[in-house]
Amino acid sequence: MRTTKKDGSLRFFGIPKMIPLVKRFKKQVLIISLSAFVSGLLDLIGPLFNRYALNHFVTEGTLDTLPFFIVLYVIMLGLIALTAYINIKVQIATEVTMNRDMRNEAFTHLQELSFDYYSANSVGYIHARAMSDTSRIGNLFSNQISDTVEFLFYIVGAIVIMLSVNVRLTGAVLIIVPIIALFFSLFYGKLFTLGKQTREINSKITGNFNEGITGAKTIKSLVIEDRIDEDFRAETTNMYNKARQLARHRSLFASVTDLAASFALAFVLWKGGILAKEQVGTFSMFMSYAQGLMEPVRWLVETLALFVNGKVNIERFTKLMETVPSVSDTPEVIEKYGDVFNPKKENWEELRGDIEFKNVDFKYPGAEEYVLKDFDLKIPFGTNVAIVGETGAGKSTMANLICRFYEPTAGQILVDGRDYRERSQLWLHSALGYVLQTPHLFSGTIRENLTYGRNDATDEEIAEAIRMVSAEGIIEKFDKGLDTDVGEGGDLLSTGEKQLISFARAILARPRILILDEATASVDTITEQKIQAAIDKVIKGRTSVVIAHRLSTIRNADIILVVDSGKIVERGRHEELLAMKGYYYRLWTRQYEDDAVAAVWADASSENKN
Amino acid sequence: MPEKAVSKQDKKTARRLHTQLLLKFLKGSKRLFACSIISSLIYALCDMVDPQIFRAAIDNAIGGKEPTFPRYVLDFVDRLGGFSYLGQHLWIMALAVVVVAVIRGISGYLQRVMNNKGAETLVRRMRDTMFSHIEHLPYEWHMKNHTGDIIQRCTSDVEMVRMFVAEQLVSVVRISIMIILSLFFMFSMNVGLTFIAIIPIPFILTYVLIFRKEMEKGFRECDEMEGKVSARIQENLTGMRVVRAFAQEAKEKEKFLEQNNHYNSLWVRLAAIMARFFTTQHFLSMLQILIVIVAGCVFCVNGKLTPGEYVAFVSYNSMLSFPIRRLGRMISEMSKAGVCLDRIGHIMNEPVEQDAPGSVEAPMDGDIEFSHVSFSYEGSSEVLHDVSFKIPAGSTLGILGGTGSGKSTLMLLLDKMYSLPEGSGTISIGGVDIRVIKTRHLRKNISMVLQEPFLFSRTIHENISISSRTLTMEDVEEAAKAACLDEAVEGFSKGYETFVGERGVTLSGGQKQRAAIARALIAKAPIMVLDDSLSAVDTETDAKVRRALEERFGSATIILISHRITTLSKADKVIVLDNGRIAEEGTPDELRTAGGIYNRIYDIQSGLGDAYAKDGKEAGHEND
Repeated sequence: MRTTKKDGSLRFFGIPKMIPLVKRFKKQVLIISLSAFVSGLLDLIGPLFNRYALNHFVTEGTLDTLPFFIVLYVIMLGLIALTAYINIKVQIATEVTMNRDMRNEAFTHLQELSFDYYSANSVGYIHARAMSDTSRIGNLFSNQISDTVEFLFYIVGAIVIMLSVNVRLTGAVLIIVPIIALFFSLFYGKLFTLGKQTREINSKITGNFNEGITGAKTIKSLVIEDRIDEDFRAETTNMYNKARQLARHRSLFASVTDLAASFALAFVLWKGGILAKEQVGTFSMFMSYAQGLMEPVRWLVETLALFVNGKVNIERFTKLMETVPSVSDTPEVIEKYGDVFNPKKENWEELRGDIEFKNVDFKYPGAEEYVLKDFDLKIPFGTNVAIVGETGAGKSTMANLICRFYEPTAGQILVDGRDYRERSQLWLHSALGYVLQTPHLFSGTIRENLTYGRNDATDEEIAEAIRMVSAEGIIEKFDKGLDTDVGEGGDLLSTGEKQLISFARAILARPRILILDEATASVDTITEQKIQAAIDKVIKGRTSVVIAHRLSTIRNADIILVVDSGKIVERGRHEELLAMKGYYYRLWTRQYEDDAVAAVWADASSENKN
Repeated sequence: MPEKAVSKQDKKTARRLHTQLLLKFLKGSKRLFACSIISSLIYALCDMVDPQIFRAAIDNAIGGKEPTFPRYVLDFVDRLGGFSYLGQHLWIMALAVVVVAVIRGISGYLQRVMNNKGAETLVRRMRDTMFSHIEHLPYEWHMKNHTGDIIQRCTSDVEMVRMFVAEQLVSVVRISIMIILSLFFMFSMNVGLTFIAIIPIPFILTYVLIFRKEMEKGFRECDEMEGKVSARIQENLTGMRVVRAFAQEAKEKEKFLEQNNHYNSLWVRLAAIMARFFTTQHFLSMLQILIVIVAGCVFCVNGKLTPGEYVAFVSYNSMLSFPIRRLGRMISEMSKAGVCLDRIGHIMNEPVEQDAPGSVEAPMDGDIEFSHVSFSYEGSSEVLHDVSFKIPAGSTLGILGGTGSGKSTLMLLLDKMYSLPEGSGTISIGGVDIRVIKTRHLRKNISMVLQEPFLFSRTIHENISISSRTLTMEDVEEAAKAACLDEAVEGFSKGYETFVGERGVTLSGGQKQRAAIARALIAKAPIMVLDDSLSAVDTETDAKVRRALEERFGSATIILISHRITTLSKADKVIVLDNGRIAEEGTPDELRTAGGIYNRIYDIQSGLGDAYAKDGKEAGHEND
């Protein structure tokens, strides 16, 4: 990007980056500026009315034009109200609509970003980009534009009117303005640093609360409540001091504004008091303008500072929007198969389910070490591949590659005999069924969740899928059956129930390729048995990849890949692997032992109950 | 919704409780707020003086009219040389304006600074008392409440109360002062005109109060919807794998757009309401000003008001309209602060852990005895049934148990994390019932290493030495060595100063466990409990740690909970806990030959792997 400097920060507070967005709101920005302009104008006229009242009615002692005065005044008030109404309404509406557009774009973009982005950035971080940065930017462009226009105009207008009445007196008042502006600019930097520091300490305090609560058991057993308390108090004292420092600066700011306004007033009285003899109104008008100037000057400095501050938000947001998905379809592929949001399903070939790894090298983006090197593997349609290894050994890599969540660094993965990059991602994904270790449901009803992968599933198909995973019990439990709301993230269901639903969801999608990523690792024994029984049925007639934590469940797999520290160390059928007496053999022995111990306890318990 | 259900009496009690709580928090900051109010009084007075100076300048010094000021003012002016002298030397009057401005500037500064000091003192006090209170609440309470909820009460609710006290409560006083003073000066100049100025105010107030509600409803709707939009993004991001694998990007987009657009339309509607509210409010107060101007002119023309008085009167009148606009906001903030205080009260009114009267600091190096202990967690079935056993001082007890057998509960009871109800048996140390042993004393003398170790986001050094500030680096290194953590720590570039947690390195499960053991070892307590705390380390390290334990803690009473037989084989006595009951009890050797659970697990764990592998192989063939 041309506007990006070496250090990656943006020029002109990043405002150029936002021009395309603001351009879309040309009309609104125009209305806001115009109404702000009129508001400023009307603000200026107010004191003129007072001047007239004083000069004409009070000094000359006549009420001849009073009716006109009242009518004009009320008309002016009406105009003020009207422009203010338009200004406020359009301004807020523009702000929220800018937010909406930015969020919509961010969300859409996020649907296409690749998994290397998601593994490099936490959900909280991405969420903040889409929610808070956008709202700050929106505020900057609608709110601040209006204020800037209004105040700039007021300042210029007030100076012009004062000049037209009395040049010398105006000069006296104006000396103060640059001094005060300079003062504000000098102090603002400090104010911002302090503001940032207090926010940082504040989040530390929240962190301390979190630690004090989640670590309660440890704190109690170590009897260090008082120590933790003391440390906490040190942090709040730190906060106290910083906040007070900040307040002193802020107060100084406000007091100086006040003081400057009064100095201007004193100037007017001193140099212009004599005016009052002839024209009390003119004198009083000067008073109004002189006093009224300081507030807008302060506002302008603050607005400028807000733009300086807003740079960070713009930076973060544009960085998100400029991140290019590392896995994407070529223009030719999109031409033929359509993109994610507008697929051309009519051009899609039917997916059979043959997968082949051909000389595949793979390393994760940013990593040094290759996870796969010159890897070959044929998975003909209907094959059941199992991947085993310890927790955190990197078992998901194969699934990531098959799903094209990541692409090979070198070599090819063929689906139905052709490199899968020759077809669209959506084409492949539409033929997948995926069950994760920690089930993820979306808020909505059970039915909506079940039909997530295939929205046109019939009631019979749904019932069939439920029967297959023995989840009838869950549905019957609720009065509303399938139309029961599952809550945010499915939280109204237990983990086991969620997993059964997510498994049924995968079955309903009628996948050609089924990926089970430790589907039974986080569920209770009963659910595990149900799912296991279903798996045995479901993998027939499909290509399936089962990442397993229980070795006993994959003994019959066609190919077992054994993973250690990210690499595939052994491959073969169960018996072959055992005969090798290598890593798989050790895993198997240990797990067998654990199972046997568990069996002893189960035995004991049942005896105990009898 | 609970607010509607409560009766008037309850409301009264609630209000009293709120006030009590608030007063408790306000200790130490009340004086500051009082100072802030006094400063704002001076500030307001200065505000009132300005129009009088200008009135005098316009009417008397420049206009040459007969002054109508009180006696003392006239005396003061005479001493300065009289009004006509001042008229020729206007700089004196300008100076007066500057002097007033400086006084006002200083008092304004003081007012803001004092107010902030008061507010920060309040916040600090609230946070400190709440934190300390939470730390001292029983463990049971912690188990019952959600972390997120408690944190919200400690952060955003505290902030709301601060805003209320610092901004609303003080400004109520300040605004009242301003209104009273303005009215006083207005009345003193012209009673008739003042009445004319006052008449429109009730109407404006009524408008503000009524329509503010509508706007607030809109705000609430928007807030709720924003929460939904936010949750939708969250859900989409956490479920990204599912979205992609099921090829549902388009549908997700469609759903999000629908929700986001709805949120937007709510705001656009609210924008219109807000615009109408603020504009009308502004229009009404401007109209009131017009009425005063017109009436003032009429009064002037009729000779009932001088030009200077007119200018002063208009100034005072403008000081009236600002406070009135604030009033609506204040009332709504007040009810919000009440809700927040209520939520804070839910924490502060919980009783903290307390020792029974007459509790003692009994010697802790005696025998530990569990006698007929039964226990159930609130609302669930019994987890321990009539458990009795004795651990002679200085001996090692091993406990073997399956998941849910109640072994961890035993230790939580021993450490008084949960209190054993009367009549459910007794736990005693050296013959003293732990119910009458001071909790802090008890816990200090029991070093407990928990199943899932919790490390603080501090350095490794600080984590190990957290139990006392007097521990030296040597102590830390020694403990780390005994826990077999030294080698791992030396591998880190910053050694013991390596930061643990989010901002630092992530320790492996085994390293965390060993750090927790080192932290427990350093205390050199007479009783040591290791609750499955070596599960994530390999057998060799396990053995090494246990050897170090024996060497250093020959005299300590040790309780080892494990499901690894090798860990338990050196214990003096082992009990096998099954479903809350003691199934077997004896020395490891006795249990080995008893043919029970212990024996069977021993056989499995020490048995030859070959046998099982063969077994597995056969099983595999069977299925083929």
